[in-house]
Amino acid sequence: MEQVETMQTVVAKVDNHKSKSLWQHAFETLMKDRYAVAAITVIGIYALIALLTGLGLIAADWSKEIGPSYAPPSADYIFGTDIFGRSVVAKTLKGAEVALSVGIVTAMIAVTIGVFLGAIAGYFGGKIDEVIVWFYTTFSSIPYIMLIVAISFILGKGLVAVYLALGLTSWENLCRVIRAEVMRHKDREYVQAAKAIGGGDMRRLFKHIIPNVLHLVIINFSLQFQTAIKSEVILSYLGLGVQGRPSWGTMIDDAKLELARGVWWQLAAATAAMFVIVLAFNILGDALRDALDPKLKGKS
Amino acid sequence: MNIYVYVLRRILYVIPVLLGVCLIIFVLFNLVSPDPTLMLLGKHANLKQMQELRHELGLDRSYVVQYLDIVKSAFTFDFGRSWSTKQEIIEMIKNGAIPSLTVTFPAFLIALIISLVVSLFVAFYRGHFLDRAAVLVCVAMMSIPSLAYILFGQKILAYDLGFFEISGYEHGFPAFVPYVALPCIIWIVLSIGPDVRFYRTVILDEVYMDYVRTARAKGLNEKVILFKHILKNAMIPIITWVVIQIPFLILGALLLESFFGIPGLGGITLNAINSTDFPVVRAMTVLSAVAYIIFSVITDVLYTLVDPRVRLK
Repeated sequence: MEQVETMQTVVAKVDNHKSKSLWQHAFETLMKDRYAVAAITVIGIYALIALLTGLGLIAADWSKEIGPSYAPPSADYIFGTDIFGRSVVAKTLKGAEVALSVGIVTAMIAVTIGVFLGAIAGYFGGKIDEVIVWFYTTFSSIPYIMLIVAISFILGKGLVAVYLALGLTSWENLCRVIRAEVMRHKDREYVQAAKAIGGGDMRRLFKHIIPNVLHLVIINFSLQFQTAIKSEVILSYLGLGVQGRPSWGTMIDDAKLELARGVWWQLAAATAAMFVIVLAFNILGDALRDALDPKLKGKS
Repeated sequence: MNIYVYVLRRILYVIPVLLGVCLIIFVLFNLVSPDPTLMLLGKHANLKQMQELRHELGLDRSYVVQYLDIVKSAFTFDFGRSWSTKQEIIEMIKNGAIPSLTVTFPAFLIALIISLVVSLFVAFYRGHFLDRAAVLVCVAMMSIPSLAYILFGQKILAYDLGFFEISGYEHGFPAFVPYVALPCIIWIVLSIGPDVRFYRTVILDEVYMDYVRTARAKGLNEKVILFKHILKNAMIPIITWVVIQIPFLILGALLLESFFGIPGLGGITLNAINSTDFPVVRAMTVLSAVAYIIFSVITDVLYTLVDPRVRLK
């Protein structure tokens, strides 16, 4: 008697299965992926470090002289010291703050511009679309490196200039993707239904369509994040980077003079710190794409 | 749409894009940039000197004239003179192009061949341990900042082990080889990661297509399917990816050239950035944008010729 499944339990089971949204499904896929879980953990640790240094709880004394200039790694100075005898470990930890803030702010700027322009172009079409397509074609015709150099050249040095230079130059790809996806969505039944019950253009676009294309933003976000961290190094090398506080970019930039003297530890520490988080974002990005892109569902 | 109409439209679209590029460059360099005379004359500049310099550099002309100047330079390649060396910029570009190409062209070609071979190999063993390991290696290679490759490569391979020249350049065929060898190798190492990953994705996109299943059902062996069927179809995104990189070869390797003392376009650009040499930075931006636009038109037109499906859109 107990073995027999009643109609209700079957229905309940089916319902249960059906109610899994894209996000739930993605979350479960992600949690099953060991690499992705490791990547999220690593990113979490970096975020924690950045938060703690930001609050001044760790590495607050990065600017203090703790030993002789250029002391090699030893028991006393785990990763050696820099030219002013400052701890390379503390500088590397403090550098996480700059790296993560550059990643987040840059990605936010790029996502805001990209989603807004892409959504409007895809939804309204016509003249608006033409202008926006022209705008991003123009922008992407200028090589990325020349554009960030030109913008930060003009804005001057400092963290805000880095944010803007990187943020203002990396929205085109997302804009293109969002535009194409919104175009595919705008005539679907759910949008027509929203129209039928009296939803205006803005409501249909931002309340109905955007949530359905949001997974592309998430995938793009992790890509933007790591590109920004890598680009910060190039800006620092060009002397256009962060001033007055340690960043991995300035540490790598310092190394171009230090290496000839055999001082490799500052470069090694900054490279290793960057390597781990960029690798984590790379792995997470791939896992997110696999988990969130319905086109890839079912493929190995 | 008729193919000729399509091609013509695509070519005509260059004009608004080029005007837009010039507009962005104008806004950046002539409109919102801080006064360059202040940077050139330093702290002790007086107003009269600044006025004179502005006049000399043509910065006191109306904005429209300055904008049209940039547009004109995009067509005539007459970029005027450098502020710091007073040389004709077009001469600087001509002299720099060859050294740049001696680094970028062989590196680009070798990287292309290596990554195509590796990605075909990896795609053949998809899902296998080899495939996963290769992808992981690619991702790991991409996660190391490019400056670290350059710095460590120069220090270890040239400085400590003495395999290559540390920096410098000599003109003429066999003479430049020892100088460009290491920058070439670093370029190749830098591009293999993203290239292999891209080619592999493109090839795997095709693997699940119906025509592959048909081919397999006919009893063709995997190698024939991979090389004859899949590769042919994957060629379009691969060609785009390759052609779109060509403008960057002309621009040169910004960082590599400056580290290895190669007097190419990348090195010129970096020097110009360091010495507030607006006309040179602007010229390089215009030049690379024009090259990019031309090559993207070429790819689009090639597309329509190669793949009839594109024309239908």
